Amino acid sequence: MRPLFGSVVLDVACRLLVPFILLFAIYVIVHGHDSPGGGFQGGTILAATFILIRMIRQDDQPWGLDRTGALVLACCGLLLYSGIGLLSFLFAGNYLDYGVLPLPLEAGKVRFMGSFGIEVGVGMGVTGVLILIFDVLTEESPQDDQSGEPT
Amino acid sequence: MKRLSWFTMLIAAAILVIAGHELPRVGDPKAPAAIHVSPRYIERGHHETGAPNFVTAVLADYRSYDTLGETTVIFTAGLACALILGIGLGRSGDGGDA
Repeated sequence: MRPLFGSVVLDVACRLLVPFILLFAIYVIVHGHDSPGGGFQGGTILAATFILIRMIRQDDQPWGLDRTGALVLACCGLLLYSGIGLLSFLFAGNYLDYGVLPLPLEAGKVRFMGSFGIEVGVGMGVTGVLILIFDVLTEESPQDDQSGEPT
Repeated sequence: MKRLSWFTMLIAAAILVIAGHELPRVGDPKAPAAIHVSPRYIERGHHETGAPNFVTAVLADYRSYDTLGETTVIFTAGLACALILGIGLGRSGDGGDA
């Protein structure tokens, strides 16, 4: 049976590491309020998972997200961030003033959830951008294939 | 011209050294940076933002505009990377040869 990731060692290492890296990335984003971490760091770790799999796996079909998906993810992250800001406009507050959001929570928790939302937005944005940059840099351009190997 | 540039550089260095003596010492509790908004962040940051960590309180709440700008910078960098390297995002045909 042909292993999915090219070689047995890489296959096993990848399968062992990836779930823990994913879990740690989500932990860093979600727990960023209490400990060092947050959207930027967690998003980078999350993107590292995708990049690790892309480096090991030699398939044409990228795992998880392709280029367009990564760009869409980055756009969604930025839209989530500025959308939360605009939402506080609609509820008669200042831009990015999370205290006015109509969540069924006590006052301090509402601000907490607002800033958690923007951390998630930042994480999505950073993940998408890093995957996009990696994909773009490692892409073989079709023009080179047509012109053949330059001597 | 070269002597003029040396002269200018020496004057700038002298101003820098003289002005450096006027700066508050590192960790001085009476420095302007430490008496303006920092006590407010430390004393009331948790109460006002609900964040238990005041790095988060400053980064995600008091300075949200700043973080929005940082995210936009990263997004723009990624987008520029993709556009300069000439990928066709869902667009077939010849690439953009400028």
